[in-house]
Amino acid sequence: MYSQGLTDAKGQQEPADLLAEFQAKIDREEKIEPRDWMPAAYRKTLIRQMSQHAHSEIVGQLPEGNWITRAPSLKRKMILLAKVQDEAGHGLYIYSATETLGVSRDQLTEELLTGKAKYSSIFNYPTPSWADMGAIGWLVDGAAIMNQVPLCRASYGPYARSMVRICKEESFHQRQGYEIMTVLARGTAAQKDMAQRALNRTWWPALMMFGPSDKDSKHSEQSMKWKIKRFSNDDLRQKFIDATVPQAEHLGLTIPDPKLKWNEATGHYDHSEIDFNELFEVIKGNGPCNKERLQARIDAHKQGAWVREAAEVYHQRQKDNNESEAA
Amino acid sequence: MSELKLYEVFIRAKSGLNHRHVGSLHASDAEMALLNARDVYTRRKEGVSIWVVEADKITASNPKQEHEWFDPAEDKVYRHPTFYPLDKEVENM
Amino acid sequence: MNQTVTVSEQALYQYLLRLADSSLTMGQRLAEWCGHGPYLEEDVALTNVSLDAIGHAQMFYQQAAALTSNEKSADDLAFLRDAHEYRNPIITELPRGDFAYTTLKQYFIDAFNLYLFTGLQNSNNETLALSARKALMEVKYHLKRSEAWVERLALSTETAQLKIQKALDDLWFYTPELFEVDEDMQGLINAAVIPDYDEIKQNWRQLVEKHLNACELKLPESGWVATGGLAGEHSEHLGYLLAEMQFLPRAYPGCEW
Repeated sequence: MYSQGLTDAKGQQEPADLLAEFQAKIDREEKIEPRDWMPAAYRKTLIRQMSQHAHSEIVGQLPEGNWITRAPSLKRKMILLAKVQDEAGHGLYIYSATETLGVSRDQLTEELLTGKAKYSSIFNYPTPSWADMGAIGWLVDGAAIMNQVPLCRASYGPYARSMVRICKEESFHQRQGYEIMTVLARGTAAQKDMAQRALNRTWWPALMMFGPSDKDSKHSEQSMKWKIKRFSNDDLRQKFIDATVPQAEHLGLTIPDPKLKWNEATGHYDHSEIDFNELFEVIKGNGPCNKERLQARIDAHKQGAWVREAAEVYHQRQKDNNESEAA
Repeated sequence: MSELKLYEVFIRAKSGLNHRHVGSLHASDAEMALLNARDVYTRRKEGVSIWVVEADKITASNPKQEHEWFDPAEDKVYRHPTFYPLDKEVENM
Repeated sequence: MNQTVTVSEQALYQYLLRLADSSLTMGQRLAEWCGHGPYLEEDVALTNVSLDAIGHAQMFYQQAAALTSNEKSADDLAFLRDAHEYRNPIITELPRGDFAYTTLKQYFIDAFNLYLFTGLQNSNNETLALSARKALMEVKYHLKRSEAWVERLALSTETAQLKIQKALDDLWFYTPELFEVDEDMQGLINAAVIPDYDEIKQNWRQLVEKHLNACELKLPESGWVATGGLAGEHSEHLGYLLAEMQFLPRAYPGCEW
């Protein structure tokens, strides 16, 4: 059995019959629900993956949030605001789903704010121009959708259900980004330049969103068996490149990769090597905006502490009052 | 300080349908939970009515007893109309 | 009955700008919270109110733009007017401050909008009446939220109580400006295009003072009584708000976005 030798949190061997039954259920495409038995390692892996995902949504509010007050029209302001709001909502849905595995929101938040937990590297890059709003929607949300659609069929019920909701809501995110790019690309020379620069900035970090290459990806194989990951990093990345190149051509923008070329034989685009050292550095904390992003979250959390406390104390007092009136 | 309580959120998508579980959220009290549920879970007009329930107040069956609780219903075929063959002439009963 | 009251288009135009500018500056300030709320649920909720406010602004700008024979668009009005052309009362342009300040400011405006839009529903200008009806639905919800939050902050911890009392001390004397009426507006009131502001003021004070009282908050005794927005005289804050908000259309004139 693949799963033999897995141990639970206390280091004890997990019963082989339960493990076998668990895997059989997953193989039958049945969902695992919160109170069902599950191997400790499955729970742990899910908590890690889901919380990273949730953290990414939350930190992901910041690069775009940077332009809400400066959006160039009322329509764009409302669209961007609604989009960044969705991201908060999505973080919330996934945190909720993660909580069903027995961790609290507080614990999850703590792990993010102390730097213990990771989030997607892409959000540690700056958004110096309005065109970055276009590039993020088009490329970053585009890449996220490729990752997320298969997760709608993830084996863990609450995760899969939150992903269904998220994918439905996100369907406008990529389009609005591409629309921003379209308008810029067809605008003045200065606007087109703005769009091209944003594409140059975002292209490689967007490709890195799919994670390290398969040969270096340590969690992949087990996660595929558990169906909490359904395609390999490289497969998804290639799919993304193949889909995106024609979209860039349509806009008359140039993807910043001199080696990018259609390969008749493979039916895919060939591309330059990706510099994964950059990815590892950014994950380690050495990206251009890691410190600012985390600090923004720490500040919001700290400044919100008295509000959360007030709400709770108010409730307690009301309860006490009601009880003393009843007595 | 402990964290804000967990509430489960149920939404009636339109009149005539049951309320359905859609997710959860944290709130200090029921009124805030209801307000926040409206903002978090009905941004795209997903509902016409919301219930919020403190997660702690839900009593659930034990998944370990799934088989002993629910399998016995499986062979009570006489509870279903198809158990009763009808003559062709009265097919629409 | 036979007496025809001519409504000056210019007066209506300026009034629509007052409505739109108030909503936009409120929405813009609230939008600053997006991604920085005290907790996730509130982050989403604050953004919803912001979106509603910007939506109201757009609606009123469009009506104002229509009066310019569409020589100007709603975006032109929002993004290409300078501070002295803005018509909002000063309270809506004030910085977002902390959560207590934001909440109380919102509460004052929500209560004001409740009576304003209730009155505007009966406007004999049909477009305006229709917009008011739409906005009123949203405003009622906003008020429920801000009212609940004022209560929670005021009747809870000492820290929260101090902060909301401080917000009241800082904001109270900005509220009389909400009810200011100039000659043009008086003309609109006489022509039943807009409601009587004295009545709004009475209703507002009754509602607000009752709630603040129940929340054990004390009105400050004196302070600078804000005025000037109607005439385009603003605080220093509006210039910065506009500099940020209008940057792109100003830096790249004539572009589509």
